[in-house]
Amino acid sequence: MPGKKIKKVKIDGRRIACEKEETILQAAKKAGIEIPTLCHDDRLEPYGGCRLCIVEVKGVGRPLPACTTPVTNNMEVRTENDTIKRIRKNIISLLLSNHPNDCMRCEKTGDCALQDLAYRYDVDGSRFEGEKWDLPVREDNPFITYEPDKCILCGRCVRICNEVVMAGTIDLVGRGFNSMPDTAFRKPRSLDNCEFCGQCVSTCPTGALTDKKGRGKGRTYEMKKVRTTCSYCGTGCNFDLNVKNGKVVKVTSAYDAPVNYGNLCIKGRYGYDFIHNADRIKTPLIRKGDDSFHEATWDEALELIADKFSGLMKKYGNKTVGAFSSSRCTNEENFLISKFARTVFRNNNVDNCARV
Amino acid sequence: MAEKKKAKPKTKTTTRSKTKPGPKAKGPDVEGLTIRVCVGTGGLAAGSQEVIDSFHTELKAHGLEAAVEKKCVNKTGCRGFCAKDVLVDVILDGSTSTYQRVRPEKISRIVEEHIINGRPVEEWLVGPDYHTFHDKQTKILLKQCGQIDPEDINAYIGIGGYEGAKKALSLTEFEVIEEVKKSGLRGRGGAGFLTGLKWEFCSMSRATPKYIICNADEGDPGAFMDRSIIEGNPHSVIEGMIIGGYAIGANTGYIYIRAEYPLAIERLKIAIDEATKKGFIGKDIFESGFDFEIRIKEGAGAFICGEETALIASIEGKRGMPRSKPPFPVNKGLRGKPTVINNVETLSNLPSIMTKGASWFSSIGSEQSKGTKVFALTGRIKNTGLIEVPMGISLKEIIYDIGGGMEKKNRKLKAVQTGGPSGGCIPASHINMPVDYESLMRIGSMMGSGGMVVMDDATCMVDMSKFFISFTQSESCGKCVPCRIGTKRMLEILTRITGGSGKESDIDLLIEIGTDIKLSSLCGLGQSAPNPVLSTINFFRKEYESHIKKGICPAGVCKALRQYVINAEACKMCGKCARVCPSSAVIWQPKQKAVINKSKCVKCGACFDACPFNSIM
Repeated sequence: MPGKKIKKVKIDGRRIACEKEETILQAAKKAGIEIPTLCHDDRLEPYGGCRLCIVEVKGVGRPLPACTTPVTNNMEVRTENDTIKRIRKNIISLLLSNHPNDCMRCEKTGDCALQDLAYRYDVDGSRFEGEKWDLPVREDNPFITYEPDKCILCGRCVRICNEVVMAGTIDLVGRGFNSMPDTAFRKPRSLDNCEFCGQCVSTCPTGALTDKKGRGKGRTYEMKKVRTTCSYCGTGCNFDLNVKNGKVVKVTSAYDAPVNYGNLCIKGRYGYDFIHNADRIKTPLIRKGDDSFHEATWDEALELIADKFSGLMKKYGNKTVGAFSSSRCTNEENFLISKFARTVFRNNNVDNCARV
Repeated sequence: MAEKKKAKPKTKTTTRSKTKPGPKAKGPDVEGLTIRVCVGTGGLAAGSQEVIDSFHTELKAHGLEAAVEKKCVNKTGCRGFCAKDVLVDVILDGSTSTYQRVRPEKISRIVEEHIINGRPVEEWLVGPDYHTFHDKQTKILLKQCGQIDPEDINAYIGIGGYEGAKKALSLTEFEVIEEVKKSGLRGRGGAGFLTGLKWEFCSMSRATPKYIICNADEGDPGAFMDRSIIEGNPHSVIEGMIIGGYAIGANTGYIYIRAEYPLAIERLKIAIDEATKKGFIGKDIFESGFDFEIRIKEGAGAFICGEETALIASIEGKRGMPRSKPPFPVNKGLRGKPTVINNVETLSNLPSIMTKGASWFSSIGSEQSKGTKVFALTGRIKNTGLIEVPMGISLKEIIYDIGGGMEKKNRKLKAVQTGGPSGGCIPASHINMPVDYESLMRIGSMMGSGGMVVMDDATCMVDMSKFFISFTQSESCGKCVPCRIGTKRMLEILTRITGGSGKESDIDLLIEIGTDIKLSSLCGLGQSAPNPVLSTINFFRKEYESHIKKGICPAGVCKALRQYVINAEACKMCGKCARVCPSSAVIWQPKQKAVINKSKCVKCGACFDACPFNSIM
C-alpha cells in the first residue's frame, strides 16, 4: 500500500523521495546508498538485532537503527560518522571474537556477509579475548549442515521459518551469551519437526547453515549461475542452478524472482539429484515386441503416438480418447494440451492431476 | 508505624469496630482487642503463620475463645522493617504496642501479661530504631500494607478503598487523564515517563480494543517493592488498573507477574475474585456503563520480560525479546493494539490521587519528581527493609536517619547503588544529593524500580560491578550483538582484573566498549548494562588501577589478590589459625609464633576470621 509521498528526506546530503511507511534502510537502498547490516532480509519484518545499520539522525541524541526507523518528513540522516564507524568496528570485533574465523576452509567464503564487513571495516577477531563457542557441528539430517560456532544470532533463520514458511521448526533458545537458534528441546531435525525447505540456509549470512549436498563442491565465485524455472509444479518459482564444470552442484535462491522472491520449497532447493543421475531417461523409449524398451528419437515417438491415437479414433470414435496433463506443467503447457484435445480430438476430455 | 503508635486510638478502634462488630464476649475484654501479625513473605519466612496459630492456641487456653471466634488476630502485609520480623501489633483498648522478633514460644507470656493483665512485655517491644525507621518516611502506598488484611476486601473498603475508582468513573475519561497529568505522577518502573501523558497518547489512538497492563515482573536483584505492595494491599493495584483502564478506554487489563511470587499471585487472585463479587470488576462498574476485566499472566522468570515490548511478546506467547520502538506500545502494543503498561507502584498511587486530588499529590516531592518512592534498602546498613520516602529527600537522610547508618560501626559509607543492575554508583561524597529522577540521571545512575544497595569501605567496586554485569549478561535475551557479546567481554575483562591479571589498557577498553554498548543496544537493558562499570570507573578509577598495577584489592575482597601474613608482634601463639586452615598452610607449634606458607595458602580467609587478636593481615 503506497503511502503519501514525503519529499524532504536527506540521506548523506542527497534528497530522496520516499513513501511514508518506508524505513531509512529502504530509502537509502533505493537511492543506492549502502548501509551495512547483517540481520536484514527483504523477505522479513525489520528486526534491529545486529545494530550495524545504526545511523545518525539530526536532532536525535543517540544513533538509530536504519532498518527499524521509519522516515519522517524533513529527516536528515548521515549514514556514517566517526562514532558510528567506531561502534560498527567494535560490533564486528565482538562478533569475530566468538567466531571460528576459519575462512580458509569455510564453505561460505566469498559469499559471506560477515567476511565482507570485516574486510570493509578492516577488523579481525583479536581485539577481544575470551570464551568462544566450541560446539559440535550438527549433521543429524540429510539436507542442512549447522555449524553453531559460526552463528551470529541475526535471527534470520528463525524468522524465515516462523514468518515465511510458518513451520516453527527453530527458535532462539538459551539466554545471554549462550543464546542460539535451535529446535525445540534441541532435537535433531527430522520430517517430524522440519520441512527441509532450506529457507533458513538461503537467508543465513554466514557459514552457520549450509546445504549439505553442495558442501565442498566449489566456491561461489567458481559457479556459473543459470537462472531457471522450477519443474516440479506450476507455480513457476525461479532459482539459480549453480554449475561448475558442466555439473549442477547446488541450487541457490534468486531474490529478484518475481514469483517467489527467493523462497523455495524442499523440491526446488534440494530435488536436483535427478539431473546427473545415471538412470535418468534422456530420450523417448518405445516398447518393442519382447516387452523391452528401446531408445528412440522424438520423431519416432510422436509418430507412433499420432498413429495410435488416429487408429483408436477411427475404430471407436473420437469420444474414446482424452488428454490428461500434469501439475508440473506450466499454465501455458496445460492450456496447449487442452487446446490440442479440443481441436484434434474434438472433445472435452481434458483433466489434470492437480486436485488437492 | 510510629506515627500510628502515637496517634493510635481513633484509627485503630474504628478499623476494628467496622470490621468486627459484635456483642461483648465472655472473659477479659475482647471487644477492644486486635492483634496484627505481618504475613508478608518476610514475615511468613520468619514464622508468622506459627505465631498466628500459637496466638489462637494461647487465647483459647486462657479462656478467650471469643477472641479467636471473632477473628481478633488479623493478618497484615509487610510494613517494611523485615529485619525485625515477625512484627506483631497488640491493640488493646485503643493503645498499640508493637513486638519485634516474635516467636511462637513468646506468645504465652504476651497473652498472659499483656492481654489479660494489661501490662505489655516491655523487653520484647520494638526499640527506638523502629520509630526512627518509620518517622522520616512518608507513607502513601505502604501506609495500609501493615494495617489491613490483604485477603479481605472489606478491610480495604473500610479505609476508603475503591472510592478513587468510583470518583474516576463519575468523571469523563478526559478529566481523569487531566487530573493524573496535573498530579505530575511519573512511571515508577524506572524511566520516569509522565503517566498522564502516556495515557493521553494511548487514548488518542483510534484502534480498538485497547489494553492496560500492570508490570509486576520485578526482577532487580534485592528489590521487592512491588511484591510487598501486592502482598500487602492488592486492591490498590486493581483499583489503579480500573482507573487507568477507564481513562484510556481499555476493557481488559493484564497483570504480568513473575511466577516466583506465589504469595502475591495468590493474593491477587483472591482480590480479583472478591472485587468481581462486589461488582468492582465486571460489567457496568458503578453503573457507569464501563466494563473491565483483569487477567493474570505469570512470567517464566526472565528479567528482560520487565521491558515492555518483551513483556508484550511474552503475553502473546512468544519468546520474551524486546523490539525496536517506534512503534510505541501506546500505538501498537499487545496484539498490535494500543496498550498502556504501568508499573505496580505507579498504579497503586492512582486511588489516592483520585480521592485526594492532584494538588495534594504534587505537593509532595521535588520540582520535577512528585509524590513518594518506595525503595528496597539493602546492603551494609543497619536497618534494611522497605521504605517509602518523598521524592527529593537526600541520600543522607535515607542512609543515616531511616537506615540507621552503617551496619558495622567501624566501617564508613563508600557508595550507594541505585537502580539495580541498570543504575550506577553514587560515591559517599555526593551523599547530600536529592533522590529524584533528574539528579540521579545527572550523576550517571538512575531511579530504576527502586533498589538501593548501601556499600561500606569493605566493598570492592570492581567486584561489585562484576556482579551486576554478570547479572545483565546472563539475563540478556541475546537479540542484539552489543548486549549479548559486549557484556560478556566486559565481564571477562572485570574477571581478569579481579583475578589479578588485568592489563593497563583494560580500563580504557572497558570505557570504550561500555560507551558503545550504551549507544548501540536495542533496549533499556543493554543501554544501561554498562552503567555500574562506567560509574565506578568514573568515581573509583584508582581502585581499578590498584588492582591492575599494584595487584592489590584495597577492600580486600578479591580473593586472588589477597595475601595473608601473620604479624609476628601481634601473634599470641594461640594456634587457632593453624587449626582452621584447610590446606595446612599455617606452620605453628605450641608456644611458637605462627607463619603462613604462601605456596600452600588457598586464600580462603579462615585464619583471618579465626584470629582473635587481629594479627593476620
